[in-house]
Amino acid sequence: MKKVNYRELVEIGRSYWGFLAIVGFFILLGLGAAYYMESNGHHVTGMSNQVVWGTPHVFAVFLIVAASGILNVASIGSVFRKGPYKPLARMSGLFAIALLVGGLAVLVLDLGRPDRLIVAMTHYNFKSIFAWNIFLYTGFMVIVAIYLWTMMDPVVNRFKAYAGFFAFLWRLILTTGTGLIFGFLISRDAYGTAIMAPMFIASSFSFGMAIFLLALFAIMRSTGRPLGDVLVRRLKNVLGIFIGGAFYFVVAYHLMNLYATSHHDVERFILLDGGVYTRIFWIGQILLGTFVPLAMLYHPTLGRSRGAIATASVLVVLGGLAQMYVIIIGGQVFPIPLFRGMEVSSSFFDGVVAHYAPSLPEVLLGFSGMALAVALSVVAMRVLRFVPESLADEVVDPHAAAAVAAETAGEEETGAAEAA
Amino acid sequence: MEKEADTARRRFLARATGAIAGMVVAPGVILQQVARAKPADEPVTSAQRWGMLIDTNKCQKGCDACVQGCVKENNIRSHYGPATDSQWIRKVEVRDRNSGHSFSLPMMCQHCAHPPCADVCPTGASFRRADGIVLVDRHICIGCRYCMMACPYKARSFVHEDIGPEEHVPWVPRGKGTVEACTLCVQRVDRDGANAVPACAEACAADGHDAFVFGDLNDPNSRISQELAKHGATEIRADLGLDLGIRYRGI
Repeated sequence: MKKVNYRELVEIGRSYWGFLAIVGFFILLGLGAAYYMESNGHHVTGMSNQVVWGTPHVFAVFLIVAASGILNVASIGSVFRKGPYKPLARMSGLFAIALLVGGLAVLVLDLGRPDRLIVAMTHYNFKSIFAWNIFLYTGFMVIVAIYLWTMMDPVVNRFKAYAGFFAFLWRLILTTGTGLIFGFLISRDAYGTAIMAPMFIASSFSFGMAIFLLALFAIMRSTGRPLGDVLVRRLKNVLGIFIGGAFYFVVAYHLMNLYATSHHDVERFILLDGGVYTRIFWIGQILLGTFVPLAMLYHPTLGRSRGAIATASVLVVLGGLAQMYVIIIGGQVFPIPLFRGMEVSSSFFDGVVAHYAPSLPEVLLGFSGMALAVALSVVAMRVLRFVPESLADEVVDPHAAAAVAAETAGEEETGAAEAA
Repeated sequence: MEKEADTARRRFLARATGAIAGMVVAPGVILQQVARAKPADEPVTSAQRWGMLIDTNKCQKGCDACVQGCVKENNIRSHYGPATDSQWIRKVEVRDRNSGHSFSLPMMCQHCAHPPCADVCPTGASFRRADGIVLVDRHICIGCRYCMMACPYKARSFVHEDIGPEEHVPWVPRGKGTVEACTLCVQRVDRDGANAVPACAEACAADGHDAFVFGDLNDPNSRISQELAKHGATEIRADLGLDLGIRYRGI
């Protein structure tokens, strides 16, 4: 591999500030929404005593899961020693921190008492997975920041491999912790299973890679820096594998529930007669979020088109949000089993599917988390050297580039011979 | 001048009323303290485990006296409808799909010995007192609602709106953005010890049903322990192994 030169995003002129202004506007909208929700109380949202975690949690958990997943690009380079990924490692680390900050901001601003954040920092119940996660999240940011430092400062460059390995281990533990927020819940039929942990890890791989591809396309295109086809093909193939891996865990989870009679009701609800939740599962998560992008990525012609790869990545992101919606909201609207096999009713919505509709402030708060992640990344890339000047194939993967060149030349020769 | 006289008269009336009330109540209070209650400055201990036995055979369908008793004692009001209003206790109607057999019972915090709400609470705001009462420390609750996700009984409510000054009663600290639930009328328990009667039980008895027995599960001579020993009882979702403080008969 040739020496990779990194440079700040200096190419983008006025449009940089315009873009930042738009992103900033979304952040402001989210802050306004949070202020509105906090000053009035949560009754102005779609949330209730039945659905206590709403759309903000869908976005927050998605962003946190994606944050750990997007670090994989760096890990593939450092831990699994795949050379072509190494020039991407800085961006991967930066996006990981940015997505996590975005997700946590949404989570914190949706608290009943966000002003008591300091309490969460000073009072700990170490039996709570939430308390562990506070350390896992802050620790992740510190470790990835150190990892970035070892990548960017020649003085500490020799520690890069260790930092990268540690960050990889930490991210696996972090996503385990996020999955177990639901895995540890014994009260509700949709949760309370250890498979939530590996399922979230597998999903994080796929969300992270999809977001990375989208960011990479956007950055290289807007700066006019070269991005080679061999690299893109590698990334999109890996995305396809990750989508398949995530799907495997979804299948295993539902098979398990379908086998256990006690869980038949919740499965029937999600898979068959849950109305909007069933549709979001089959159309959003499975069809648009899994099968369509898989088909696009591995299609002989579409799979070579960057537009199709970008579209597939967008679908994976939307499918991920759908998956989080089905898990978080669908798992809550389905009634708690107080008396199995019995019909129950009460003034508190026992025994009935609870109503939930996302409210505008919730959606705005969720989007603002995404906007915050974008803003942090864009500002950081402008002032520090995260992005390579070139990701052309001969820079990142000279051997593959040469092979492709030879192959193309060979095809041309054969074509010429046939024509003759 | 007139105002001063008025103030003096008021003060006199207040003192006189206080003195008379004191004379009436004091003997009872003093006797009770000698007999049962612990001084307020002493911490609770695990010597007691407070619990309730609810006989669903005595619980009437359509009757919500217990709910009204709770609402009155803790001054819980409706704001924006049942989806977001707090419900510390509710009546649940249960019907067997096959046989059609049905019964009615009050459902509230089950005061688990191993409460999932306290397990998942990141700050320790949800906690179990040594005497078995599960509470929320409203000063360190950050309103994350994870306890509500974890509770198998849907016993907790989130305060979705401002609580006006007229809603506050001294023994129930409440506030927007925090989680709350049945306290087993801890203010009565701390005052009256084994003779305490939670508001729900009091209202049920006043209505003539007397479905509740409150008492110390650790004391083999308490009425609740003796009834449990004699007739047995059921814990709801006993499969979870949470060792509940609230037991039911007739389900």
